[in-house]
Amino acid sequence: MTSVSTRDLVSQPYKYGFVTDIATDKIAKGLSEDVVRLISAKKGEPEFLLNFRLKAYRHWLTLEEPDWAALGYPAIDYQDIVYYAAPKQPQEKKASLDEVDPKLLETFEKLGIPLNEQKRLSNVAVDAVFDSVSIATTYKEKLAEHGVVFCSFAEAVKEHPDLIAHYLGTVVSSNDNYFAALNSAVFSDGSFVFIPKGVECPMELSTYFRINSGDTGQFERTLIVAEEGASVSYLEGCTAPMFDTNQLHAAVVELVALDDASIKYSTVQNWYAGDENGVGGIYNFVTKRGQCRGARSRISWTQVETGSAITWKYPSCVLQGADSVGEFYSVALTNNCQQADTGTKMVHVGPRTRSTIVSKGISAGRSSNSYRGLVQMAPSAKGARNYSQCDSMLIGDQAAANTYPYIRSQQPQAAIEHEASTCRISEDQLFYLQSRGIGFEEAVSMMVSGFCRDVFNQLPMEFAAEADKLLALKLEGSVG
Amino acid sequence: MIRPDAELLLEISDLHASVEDQPILKGVNLQVRAGEIHAVMGRNGSGKSTLSKVLAGHPAYRVTAGSVRYRGRDLFELEPEERARLGVFLGFQYPVEIPGVSNLEFLRVATNARRQSRELDELDTFEFEDHVREKLQVVQMDPAFLERSVNEGFSGGEKKRNEILQMALLEPVVAILDETDSGLDIDALRIVAAGVNQLAGPDNATLLITHYQRLLDEITPDYVHVMAAGRILRTGGRELALELEQTGYDWVDRELAAQGVA
Repeated sequence: MTSVSTRDLVSQPYKYGFVTDIATDKIAKGLSEDVVRLISAKKGEPEFLLNFRLKAYRHWLTLEEPDWAALGYPAIDYQDIVYYAAPKQPQEKKASLDEVDPKLLETFEKLGIPLNEQKRLSNVAVDAVFDSVSIATTYKEKLAEHGVVFCSFAEAVKEHPDLIAHYLGTVVSSNDNYFAALNSAVFSDGSFVFIPKGVECPMELSTYFRINSGDTGQFERTLIVAEEGASVSYLEGCTAPMFDTNQLHAAVVELVALDDASIKYSTVQNWYAGDENGVGGIYNFVTKRGQCRGARSRISWTQVETGSAITWKYPSCVLQGADSVGEFYSVALTNNCQQADTGTKMVHVGPRTRSTIVSKGISAGRSSNSYRGLVQMAPSAKGARNYSQCDSMLIGDQAAANTYPYIRSQQPQAAIEHEASTCRISEDQLFYLQSRGIGFEEAVSMMVSGFCRDVFNQLPMEFAAEADKLLALKLEGSVG
Repeated sequence: MIRPDAELLLEISDLHASVEDQPILKGVNLQVRAGEIHAVMGRNGSGKSTLSKVLAGHPAYRVTAGSVRYRGRDLFELEPEERARLGVFLGFQYPVEIPGVSNLEFLRVATNARRQSRELDELDTFEFEDHVREKLQVVQMDPAFLERSVNEGFSGGEKKRNEILQMALLEPVVAILDETDSGLDIDALRIVAAGVNQLAGPDNATLLITHYQRLLDEITPDYVHVMAAGRILRTGGRELALELEQTGYDWVDRELAAQGVA
């Protein structure tokens, strides 16, 4: 028998592709001012928020969808999307998990995120979001003892409207870009985190987004605020069922760090990527930005992007406070027909601010993976420093990798360093490892892990191992 | 050393193989017993390298006829990594570079895979470091090479010594060394040859695929085979290699013509 070629290997199906059969409250497709009002009404929002939405919606109408990214996709019909869907259950968030529909609990358990008391991860508090609605948040009482607020965005609007009014839209304004404007008009739910002065959040916080309905758009809104001297580590996880239409995911995440505060935001994204021919899959068009408002504050973005038909996002840092630090660590994997145009913007405003960018792109199949980054030094950024490293790994001979680094400096005493490299995984390399007794999966894993080491080291420990496995899974059948 | 009752490690019968539908091996017959050293010589294009790749299980090559038994088992039933674990070692002619994978880590994983197959305990990181430093002496390699990525930035000679280092760690039963001498200066050649001689023993066998006689000055073969047009044309003792040195390969063309083969 001839040796099995890599093409013959059975590729593992996306195991999160199931749909949960549950009654859903959905509004009709289409977007109009009435729809915006309806969403706000369904959520029982105060007037300031309705106005926020309407203002954004009216601005969105004046904008044109951007087309400068290295991405190709059929035009999105914004009237062919449902802008609100929620599993049918009374408006009030459940006091105890016993009252949540068991099918929902089961869904999250199947995804590896058990929510009930006995089985939940003991050192991670989880906010579970199903379609547009937050289902449950664990450990709220324990966190409240420390003064930490961790709840769904909708709940925060009810219980902490002042905080929302004070911070919402101050990092990503509705005018920022097309998708931010859309999100600001129709955002559904998301997470809210508030860490008061001097508090180091005692647990990892995590939001898990699960898309279930096929024709809804997902517009999460997340806001994290760390007051003076506070710190928090937050993880976002995402999966979605396999549909053969595309779904739009246009989220906005805002982070605010005051003096001496630090926020670490990690994402392990495993949306459905579409099948081998590029049919179906999520369009992940996200605006994420952190503002190091305070002196000596620090914001770190760590992302492992493996899903999505199209990924278009640039988690960024605005380094206002003197001596503040911004970091971006990313592994973006594309396979089959996926496309990614992703990177970061580090905007240095304050003096002696520092930023580090480590981006690893892995392209396999017929996919296209672009890094786009901006390092900007304002005249006030005296003594600022940036270090950027962008590495690409190509698997097979049909994938593409591109790098678009932008550097804009108006400060002669700012230092900017940029390095880039490209490498390939070839059949010969895999065979070499196999000829030394190392199995195919382990061989690919070794090569990819080595490549991603610098980024995986930044992930919270529990998730670093998952990330390794996730990449190995996604790469099956990609060589040969 | 030839002992007629030594274990038959490799039995190649009428082996035919192609690459990209181009037939390369056209009926190779060869028997290798424990304790023996065989040299396979021939011109470029004779099929020597192909033979080694087919035995190791390279996916680009397709076996179209014939069989190979390794210690009584059908070799082609086994995946490349299984063959390696069971003691088949291929020393590559052009060892590939694998950036990002540390040499030390790679050697440790490979060593443990082989040890597991022989029901030996696996070595942890510390035990392995001691173990590998010992083996570095066989090829006179600097421990600094362990910190680097596999073969990355290694010179030709260093790559070949890394191959022999792996041989020292994996302790194969059948070692197939594909033009291990190519690109080496005389000093590097002597180090490689010394390593091979040190590792050769009564329970294993070595197949040296080589172009040149000079490697055979350092490693004494029991059998010398001349390959041409995908088959073994002639087999002799070590004098055959010396003869080839004198006469060159022209007689091969005459013999092939006489046999009616292109």
